[in-house]
Amino acid sequence: MTTMTETKPKPLAVNNNSSPGSRVFDALNVIVLVGLALITVLPLLYVLAASFAGEPEIVSRPFFLWPEKIVTESYEYIFATPTFVRSLLTTVFVTAVGMVVQVLLTFTMAYPLAKRYLPGRTLVLNLVIFTMVFSGGMIPTYLVVRDLGLLDSYWALILPLAINPFYLIIVKSFFQELPQALEEAARIDGCNEMGVFFRIVLPLSKPIIATFSLFYAVAIWNDYMSPLLYVNDPNKWTLQILVRQLTNTDAAAALAQMDRTWIPPEQGLKFAVIVIATLPILLFYPFLQKHFAKGVLIGGVKE
Amino acid sequence: MATDLATPPAKAARKARKRRADKVPLGTALLRYRWLYLMLLPGLAYFVIFKYLPMYGVTIAFQDFLPFLGYSGSPWVGLKHFEALFTGGDFGRLLFNTLFLALLHVVFVFPAPIVVALLLNELRLNILKRSIQSLIYIPHFLSWTIVASLTYVLFAADFGVLSGWIREFLNDTAKIDYMAQEEWFRPLIILQQLWKMTGWGTIIYLAALAGVDPNLYEAARMDGAGRFRQLWHVTLPAIRPTVVVMAILASGNLLDTGFEQIWLMTTSLNRDVANVFDTYVFYAGIQNASYSYSTAVGLFKGVAGVILIFGSNWLAKRLGQRGLF
Repeated sequence: MTTMTETKPKPLAVNNNSSPGSRVFDALNVIVLVGLALITVLPLLYVLAASFAGEPEIVSRPFFLWPEKIVTESYEYIFATPTFVRSLLTTVFVTAVGMVVQVLLTFTMAYPLAKRYLPGRTLVLNLVIFTMVFSGGMIPTYLVVRDLGLLDSYWALILPLAINPFYLIIVKSFFQELPQALEEAARIDGCNEMGVFFRIVLPLSKPIIATFSLFYAVAIWNDYMSPLLYVNDPNKWTLQILVRQLTNTDAAAALAQMDRTWIPPEQGLKFAVIVIATLPILLFYPFLQKHFAKGVLIGGVKE
Repeated sequence: MATDLATPPAKAARKARKRRADKVPLGTALLRYRWLYLMLLPGLAYFVIFKYLPMYGVTIAFQDFLPFLGYSGSPWVGLKHFEALFTGGDFGRLLFNTLFLALLHVVFVFPAPIVVALLLNELRLNILKRSIQSLIYIPHFLSWTIVASLTYVLFAADFGVLSGWIREFLNDTAKIDYMAQEEWFRPLIILQQLWKMTGWGTIIYLAALAGVDPNLYEAARMDGAGRFRQLWHVTLPAIRPTVVVMAILASGNLLDTGFEQIWLMTTSLNRDVANVFDTYVFYAGIQNASYSYSTAVGLFKGVAGVILIFGSNWLAKRLGQRGLF
């Protein structure tokens, strides 16, 4: 009786998995998923190819992944235009400074919140969590930023988003799981909490610091709403604003801001500017990908 | 449990001692943990200034706020701005546009990652699975500006690749600017969301799927279940809690159409279908400087979101699922 039930299922299982229906499904599944991956990537590859193509080719050829003749006119035009170069430097600068400020603020706040014995910790945590459910909204935040005199300042692109509560909670959970023995040893050696944090805890957290630096950097780099709300001065346009201005139904107005002694490659310019705004993200993508899944799973769900 | 009941005085004494240990006088605590509190301070200042001051600023929704009179000096007007919103001509249109987009999102965008995760889960070849995952996660990291620009160059009337294909497919020669067409606004928004969010959305479901005990599949196979049966009886029940949590979170964001995406896709020609609460707040508040009115609109949306998230959490619990909180 026992031998019967033990031997019987095995051939059955094999049958199930290699039945004709099952194999057809596997084939279809591969086709669907590869198709999905292509739909994701092909538009990006096309934009890259078109950014190196001449004006007539962009207009006449329907779809291509390699230009007939490689033309770098669009890039030459862009890098010779002060408006563009300024916005690129602005964005790089704001992203770099913002990332450091945000990581520093997030990690220094997460450390005390990880200490269960700290009186008042729960209160602060609840204050943080409440902001994930309800916010004052766009206009009251705008008024606060304005009253602080931050309009048209680069700080307006950094400070209002300085701490992402989801990231804060993830880092806090990470600190809670660090072995306490090392910290204790440092404390006995006479280190104060600040010393423990900078000398023991931060060096142990290098991978998670790298992860959240990248997350914050991507968020600032991609931010469109903050510059739209807080920056009016065209000299302080970020790359995202410029991309928007150029790839719009009324791009003429933006082109007027650019170099007028040189007739721009109208369509090629759009492709080139998209490539430049996307490229840094794609370069960092392998590093992002290494860690992000963990981040998503511990904390949260939405950006 | 039994020992606790047997020795209640000892337990009470332990509890009392613990309470005494917890309740250090404020001054002592501040002194003892001064470094920790110092480290807490900058972050706390951030939350107070950029999160809680704006929450206090919401009071201007009940005032006729004038910047030179300030929060305390501006006259109180009660629910005037809410009345103006609900009785004004824009409200019906805004609510319809917002809810229509939310409905499309629930029907098309919400289930997409679940389906893709299930398909990925059925892939046998691990290298293929991982490569596909790496590729479909990419759009999550691209900004809405980039997505809108891609849409623009792909659907442009004169040189767009996709507009050319559509023209050929329909055997139509008229060059249409899809970004300016009212009837194309919602399809384009949903296509963008599918392109940008589907791949990334699979992560959380794939994690739930990876946690399924392989013995369950083994057992199902022994009982003679084919692949579809295994999906139905093992896989789907395994990811149900995740789906419920995601649904609760999504319901809180139901009125959140996403400012950037909608704003970037709005043109002067499709404004009738494109105007939603988020963008309306921007027009009214920033462009027309009606601070009080736009704050009232934002507050209405925010409160509705809170009600939705708590409501769906309650509903999930009533239906026997584990809620979010």
